[in-house]
Amino acid sequence: MVQQTEAIAPDTQHEAPPEVVKSLRDHGALPQWRLMWRQFRRHRLALIGLIVLIPIYFMAVFAGFFAPSSADTAHTALPYAPPQRVHISAEHGMFVYGYSSTRNQETFEQTFTVDKSKIVDVGWFVRGDEYSVVGPIKSNIHLIGPTKAGEAFFLVGADQSGRDLLSRLIHGARVSLSIGLVGVFASFLLGMLIGGISGYVGGRVDNIIQRIIEFIMSVPTLPLWMALSAALPGSWGPLTRYFAITVILSLIGWTGLARDVRGRFLSLREEDFVMAARLDGVGRTGIIFGHMVPSFASHIIASISMAVPRMILAETSLSFLGLGLQPPAVSWGVLLEGAQNIRAVATAPWLLTPGLAVVVVVLAMNFVGDGLRDAADPYK
Amino acid sequence: MLRFVARRLVWMVITLAAISFVTFVVIKLPPGDYTTTVIANAEARGQDIPDSQIAELKRHYGLDKPFLVQYFTWIKGVVLHGDLGQSFAWNQSVASLIGNRVLLSMVLSIASLLFVWAIAFPIGIYSALKQYSGGDYLASFLGFIGMAVPEFMLALVMMYIGFRYFGQSVGGLFSPEYADAAWNLGKLLDLISHLWVPIVVVGVAGTAGLIRITRANLLDELHKPYVATARAKGLPEWKLLLKYPVRMSLSPFFSTVGWLLPGLISGETIVSVVMSLPTSGPLLLGAVKSQDMYLVGSFVLILSTLTVIGTMLSDLALAWWDPRIRTRFQKG
Repeated sequence: MVQQTEAIAPDTQHEAPPEVVKSLRDHGALPQWRLMWRQFRRHRLALIGLIVLIPIYFMAVFAGFFAPSSADTAHTALPYAPPQRVHISAEHGMFVYGYSSTRNQETFEQTFTVDKSKIVDVGWFVRGDEYSVVGPIKSNIHLIGPTKAGEAFFLVGADQSGRDLLSRLIHGARVSLSIGLVGVFASFLLGMLIGGISGYVGGRVDNIIQRIIEFIMSVPTLPLWMALSAALPGSWGPLTRYFAITVILSLIGWTGLARDVRGRFLSLREEDFVMAARLDGVGRTGIIFGHMVPSFASHIIASISMAVPRMILAETSLSFLGLGLQPPAVSWGVLLEGAQNIRAVATAPWLLTPGLAVVVVVLAMNFVGDGLRDAADPYK
Repeated sequence: MLRFVARRLVWMVITLAAISFVTFVVIKLPPGDYTTTVIANAEARGQDIPDSQIAELKRHYGLDKPFLVQYFTWIKGVVLHGDLGQSFAWNQSVASLIGNRVLLSMVLSIASLLFVWAIAFPIGIYSALKQYSGGDYLASFLGFIGMAVPEFMLALVMMYIGFRYFGQSVGGLFSPEYADAAWNLGKLLDLISHLWVPIVVVGVAGTAGLIRITRANLLDELHKPYVATARAKGLPEWKLLLKYPVRMSLSPFFSTVGWLLPGLISGETIVSVVMSLPTSGPLLLGAVKSQDMYLVGSFVLILSTLTVIGTMLSDLALAWWDPRIRTRFQKG
């Protein structure tokens, strides 16, 4: 890959014909990231994935503003209240109808009907629950919500305690989306270090590390994750638990990355430019970080981007089983735990929306990862 | 070949020893032990257990001995007597608790493996041969979706559909009338009629992955010179495809078992919890939550052992199938 760039890079000693210079400017002379971006843009699905992901991450960062209420605001009288539809009329502007609930006297099941006499006015940029924007800076302005603070407003329905599922979904995105990034960062460090040693040193060390990786890969991950996360003390706070889960996920997730790094190292070690650097008297660290890492960085980025969705799925599965994050922490997996009971799902199918969110995000990430993988080798 | 088998066997034993040790370490990680659970339960009931009784409990379960002694006592029992230890919570021997469940887990995982193969290879071959056709795009798209949907989510949706539109519960492996019956033909048929839902659910993610691998492998093969040669010789297209490139691309049929099987077992564990199947999943979850250490350890040990054996068998099959790999082994 690098040889090719050198071969077609403009030669300063001899004057090249103008048409060749022009074609070089179009292809070989562009910096690699520009070439990658060009290739990436050609991958339609990857571009769509990116367009889907950016607003979702933006929403997660400013969850307090985008969510109509806080994650814990509960309307205890309205468990499993169905989703409301926003109506617009000349008389009221934007509004939703309220609920009236009746309890079935035989089954004690609560049923909700739309009560057209109760009108809840809805507006943009309304004041509601207070949240923190960044650190100590607080605000209470929400993108959308009932104009009179504290009224029930469930665009996606309510959960078993009458909490707004949409708000919980947006707040939960913070954990679910960040755990993938943090976890992949941790396994990236492990994978780079161990894979790098394995590939660069080679020989017996490489053999031992490869056996260890094979060993970790041959164990069914979920039972091991379950066992590890059960080992976490229940007294830990949400933040400690979050990091503990991340560590658990990355302890097992680094193997694939380490293999990738090792493979790259093995093939690059024999390249002429590495030999040239060595003959020039460049030290080991200099060769690794100055010459080898830059030439396979794009591949590593591509494999990292494929690892993020796997982490998200893993967290969701663990939390769903009640072994990952625990309420009051909110993540998509924690929200889905409420959907474990099939009878609850039958009365309130909207409980499955966090699952839909997971699918959309993971799908988009897989597309982006696919595009990055194609773009990683722009000279092909 | 014999040398290769022997080497694989030795390596497998080392792996299993490592698995058993790691398992035991993991089980001992949580602060406290089974007595902590007993005390907590007693306190929840408003009872108080005297210290002497706790010490007695510890001695009874061997929890007062050093870590390595506990480990070797356990593993000695496993290897020499097939004794997996006692489940604290169930007060039964682990072997009697999990025998049937592990068997069903294995049946489910292997059935899913067969399902994955049966679906993924034809589709993968088709989408490679008809690259960029509508069918190829459809397969790729479904493949991506299959990888994005968590198994438990799919299980939930299937159960919801079954519950909502067919008015029946798709959970469980047996109809009520067969649940406690002895094994007979009717029960077997009943099992099969229930088994297909979890098989499909567990297999979807693996199918999606395998379709992509098969497609990529076959595409690599299709552009090799030997295909052109065979075509130039005038071999009929179907014969040419089946005899050379398809055969080459079938190697993942065996080599993927190594990563497919652990994935299927993981998937099976969580799907069983959701659909309350009488396999290892739900019992494992309960054991993990109550830190019933010998039970958890035995599950992880057995599931991993079976996976490692499965992987080794697939390695042998691969050597049998692919002459290139066979010669490499014979040299090494």
